[in-house]
Amino acid sequence: MSTTSTQAPAPAKRSFTAGAADYLNDRTGIAVAIKGLGRKAFPDHWSFLLGEVALFSFIVILVTGTFLTFFFQASMAEVEYDGSYVPLKGVEMSVAMASTLDISFDIRGGLFVRQMHHWAALLFIAAIGLHMLRVFFTGAFRKPREINWVFGFVLFILAMGEGFTGYSLPDDLLSGNGLRIIDGMVKGMPIIGTWTSFLLFGGEFPGTAIVGRLYTLHILLLPLILLALIAVHVGYVFIHKHTQFAGPGREVTNSVGPPILPIYAAKAGGFMFIVWGVIALIAALFTINPIWNYGPYDPSPVSAGTQPDWYIGFADGALRLIPPGWEFVLFDRTWSFNILVPLIGLGLFILVVLSYPFIEAFVTGDKREHHIADRPRNAPTRTAIGAAGVTFYAGLWAAAASDILATHFMLTMEGVIHALQATVIIGPFIAYFISL
Amino acid sequence: MNRSKRRTGRRHPLATVALLALGLVFTGGAYAAVSTGTAQAEAEPTSQETIEQGSKLFQANCATCHGLEAQGTGTGPSLIGVGAAAVDFQVGTGRMPMQMQGPQAPQKPPQFTDEQVKQLAYYVASLGPGPDIPADSLVNGGGDAANGAELFRVNCAMCHNVAGAGGALTEGKYAPPLTDVSGVHIYEAMVTGPQNMPVFNDLNISPEDKRDIITYLQYVQDNRSPGGFELGSLGPVAEGLFIWIFGLGAIVAITVWITAKSN
Amino acid sequence: MAQDDHSGAELVAADSSHAAPEFAGSRGTVVVPYDAFENPGFEPHRPRVTDEDPEREKRAQRTVYTLFYLSILGSVWAIAAYILFPMEGNDVGDVRLNNMFVGLGATLALLGLGFGAVHWGKSLMTSAESIDTRHPIGSTETTKQGAVEVFRQADEESGFSRRSVIRNSLIGALLVFPLPAVVLFRGLAPQDEHPVELLSHTMWKQGTRLALDPSGIPIKASDVTIGSAFHVIPEGLNELGHGRLEEKAKAAVLLMRLNPDELNEAADRASWSYDGIVAYSKICTHVGCPVALYEQHTHHLLCPCHQSQFDVANHCEVIFGPAARALPQLPIAIDDEGYLIAQSDFTEPVGPSFWERH
Repeated sequence: MSTTSTQAPAPAKRSFTAGAADYLNDRTGIAVAIKGLGRKAFPDHWSFLLGEVALFSFIVILVTGTFLTFFFQASMAEVEYDGSYVPLKGVEMSVAMASTLDISFDIRGGLFVRQMHHWAALLFIAAIGLHMLRVFFTGAFRKPREINWVFGFVLFILAMGEGFTGYSLPDDLLSGNGLRIIDGMVKGMPIIGTWTSFLLFGGEFPGTAIVGRLYTLHILLLPLILLALIAVHVGYVFIHKHTQFAGPGREVTNSVGPPILPIYAAKAGGFMFIVWGVIALIAALFTINPIWNYGPYDPSPVSAGTQPDWYIGFADGALRLIPPGWEFVLFDRTWSFNILVPLIGLGLFILVVLSYPFIEAFVTGDKREHHIADRPRNAPTRTAIGAAGVTFYAGLWAAAASDILATHFMLTMEGVIHALQATVIIGPFIAYFISL
Repeated sequence: MNRSKRRTGRRHPLATVALLALGLVFTGGAYAAVSTGTAQAEAEPTSQETIEQGSKLFQANCATCHGLEAQGTGTGPSLIGVGAAAVDFQVGTGRMPMQMQGPQAPQKPPQFTDEQVKQLAYYVASLGPGPDIPADSLVNGGGDAANGAELFRVNCAMCHNVAGAGGALTEGKYAPPLTDVSGVHIYEAMVTGPQNMPVFNDLNISPEDKRDIITYLQYVQDNRSPGGFELGSLGPVAEGLFIWIFGLGAIVAITVWITAKSN
Repeated sequence: MAQDDHSGAELVAADSSHAAPEFAGSRGTVVVPYDAFENPGFEPHRPRVTDEDPEREKRAQRTVYTLFYLSILGSVWAIAAYILFPMEGNDVGDVRLNNMFVGLGATLALLGLGFGAVHWGKSLMTSAESIDTRHPIGSTETTKQGAVEVFRQADEESGFSRRSVIRNSLIGALLVFPLPAVVLFRGLAPQDEHPVELLSHTMWKQGTRLALDPSGIPIKASDVTIGSAFHVIPEGLNELGHGRLEEKAKAAVLLMRLNPDELNEAADRASWSYDGIVAYSKICTHVGCPVALYEQHTHHLLCPCHQSQFDVANHCEVIFGPAARALPQLPIAIDDEGYLIAQSDFTEPVGPSFWERH
């Protein structure tokens, strides 16, 4: 136990901790923060920990990602593979792919770090999604937290961008076909499409620039913005204090829970290590993104079961659900509605979700501050809207796996796609009325 | 026997022996005539015996759909010219005889012994020239796995998946997984193009190239993934499902535990 | 339970008849000053088994430090595994073992710490709760007035709102100054290429031989038997010094042979095939994946990315899926040695649609 002395000239015996604390405080004034925040209350419900899952996964991504940057080379220069993996020996591939293979097969622990990085990324975005659903269904986005909802949703989009740029770095067959699809979509945009495609890829697809450019986005620009927004997002939670569920003794005017020091630190700190441990366990035992099977990107081969990572699934599914023939030549120009409809439709969906707090506030006319979390059953309209939105998203998400659903459930792919087309159009209405 | 000479009723001392010998010859001969050639170790492609046995099997099991002379009917195509390789593949993997109509004939436990499969194969081969059962040297690996992998990616992976996990075709058809298929059957499938699989003749993919492809597939079969369990080698769909159900599921369970009141 | 003498956590009376006065005037349509029912107050503190039974407390303690020791063991094991499981040869199994054992060591190290800390918190640390007071987020009236005053003074001293010309020209300058930086990013695109021109032409020319992908060996018509699917590149593609993948991304072709009576050919394209052998672009007209799956009997081509289907017997028109245009056909013939050659380039741009395509 430390003894704090308040007199300036210290009498004889003081512990080391006390001395160190004094030294630090004399130079930073940190005691003010300790005093103010050290016993802060944190409302304690399991669903309030979901945002932390995202944060802790992000730390794993940062640390493992830093390790990887020492070994990965983001160059598309061609080289003959000369590493340990026999079925690719002598094959021409980009340096990016070769360095990823070296990380996997020739650096001890490299594959483990790579797998931790990729599994943590999947978990990161899944946790954000679940956290977002929790915030939505408990109405925790209401005043004063609307801006935090917006920042959080932007974080969600940026995280998806990070994931996409990240898994496209090894320049393998799976992610390369993903880039091909993006290029096709860009080309389909009116007026600016052709030109934008050449801008992104530095010329014709695939070019030799894209991996390097995605690398800059992936390790520099996007992480910086993500870190800044995370700081703001968590900062807001401190300023607003976390919401709490109604309960005995809990009012709109207080915030009740275990204090940060020591018990919340122990639980949250412990939880951090547990999340890290779960990621490590999965990375130790389960293969993810086996690029050695896919081989280097080439515009000619393609694998059955070509899907993006799960969080891009809703977009891929949207593309799959468009019926044939939605393209017209008018006034000497090609209008590709088979690409525009998904782009605009998803864009609108994102806009609606992004601005939902403002929509709800406008419709309900509610301008009060809210700090009590709703039980979803006590806010039936919002819950029904949420159910409709989730159904729409889930339908699109499932469509991305249409071929795998067909083979595994012994259905025709045509049947699966038709069923999901119906789900996406009619499903949200059914979900809304069932939930009400 | 000399009836006029004796009338004592005593049998000749060798009568028993002669009777036994006659009996043995009679039963042994009858058995040999009726048995399906157990006297031979392997069916000979050109042996009349083999072809006759094959013909009998064919009449009993295949002619209903393929016609008495394998000329084809409304329910089954002509087999003239498909070669021994096609029959060895279809019957050897149990796809034929087809039990019921469906988008395609699924693999099932073979109905015939290896011997019988070969007999059927050589019978059909005798009806018209076609691809033969490949030599052992072409189907036992030992080729260039890297060349095989590249050829596999260009010619096969779009239907069968890069790791041979299988994939979807139109209208309920599918390209089956290749993780448990023998080298000889892979070769035969390539060269005969069963059902909707294209034909990869030896001028498209040479016999050496086919050997390389088989070498690659055997490498994948023999070597587990270095990253751990493969989750069916199905890619991002399996990975996404896994992280939501097991990863996030486990973590949510832990959050419930952490925030529960201690007893 | 309320804690004494902790700043940041103030006692709040369990009596609901006072709503916090700061909330009463908050800007909203309705402020409910009274709850619908009495606040029952906090639940009585329920002691845990470790609070009451010293034996259980000791056991909990042992569990906690055992978990921490296991964590140390895990870290040591991870380092040991790094050394004990080398990856020297070409054996993929070595990598599998290394990955698993280093990973399991790390897992134990992390989970040991995590479960130990949580167990300590749950079973041994004081389980009383803290209470903070919430204040409306917007500042008090005095603070707001102070802020307003600051701005007012700054405005007075600078003349910001008075001097409209200065103000407007400043805003103009601030809006415009980033634009050169944006323009610089035009450099990401090539300076001297014409996209529409490039997208409209491929490597195929009159007389280019069709060759096998990836070997580059030319193909004879007699090689292509009924039911075959050949994956084709132009001869000479593999010898390109640079731009190989870019050319392949437009020039990849699928070669198939059908029975001529099953082939429905348009009158003006009857000469584009050779004896039932047809060649079509492999690049999907949807968003560019290789349309590589050929079904021999149904003559369907399937693209694995978004499940577009094309019918080879009917000039590859779209029969299912999001694609909108048929696959472009490559007109073929044979040369005097019997090799298949292109008669010309494709007569339309291959691959995904683009705005200027007509």
